[in-house]
Amino acid sequence: MKSENQMKVSFQSLSVNEGFARVAVASFISSLDPTAAEIADIKTAVSEAVTNCIVHAYRDTIGTITIHTKIYPNRRVVVTIKDKGCGIEDIEKAIEPLFTTLPDEERSGLGFSVMQSFTDKMRVRSKVGKGTSVVLEKILSKKAERR
Amino acid sequence: MPAKITQDEDKLTVYLSGEIDHHSCVQIREQADTEIMKIHPKEVVLDFKDVTFMDSSGIGLVMGRYRLASSYGGVITITEASAYLKRVMRIAGLDSIVNIKQTASKEELN
Repeated sequence: MKSENQMKVSFQSLSVNEGFARVAVASFISSLDPTAAEIADIKTAVSEAVTNCIVHAYRDTIGTITIHTKIYPNRRVVVTIKDKGCGIEDIEKAIEPLFTTLPDEERSGLGFSVMQSFTDKMRVRSKVGKGTSVVLEKILSKKAERR
Repeated sequence: MPAKITQDEDKLTVYLSGEIDHHSCVQIREQADTEIMKIHPKEVVLDFKDVTFMDSSGIGLVMGRYRLASSYGGVITITEASAYLKRVMRIAGLDSIVNIKQTASKEELN
């Protein structure tokens, strides 16, 4: 299906860019007039994905993170967060709630759990040594359906 | 932004503000831990009134302070968290390890 509108943004994997990344996506979808809760959900999910790129994918290095946001008919928003970092060996394990490779840095191991509960669909593709892409999908409520 | 911290006898209150993510966590953590280690308060209150955003890094922040306080017998209390923040906290089951005080948030009042 063809998207109605799309936006692509690339930036360096510096933690200072986490705020920029989630705000960039939130501003782009604001044309759909989402609810405050929907904006918060998307910002939180994007923040988790971007943090994963910085903390895990490009650990001890600096690389490029690309976010591609597409708007499809029926208010379907698809956000793809891509890195060319180390990749994930065992995706199933990585997604498991509370699983973390960095407990000493107070990573809670709940990044993917948050992404899953704050979106309608999440897909993770990864190749060790090549990189990871996380696809987050959310269908925004129609204004007429809102209370 | 540095967090405001106040002490009232055995109670240390950390006023968190703005956006809590992996980037902002570092400073808050260092600041809070310095005070907690110095005073060993019976109760550490984390006030979320002025927090506008939080991802799972915030969960790590609460859990880390919980571990630190537990190590000497202290407890953690969370106050003034909005409905949205409580949703993030519930994913982690934070409500089962720390005391989340029920305060009517703006959304709930409307």
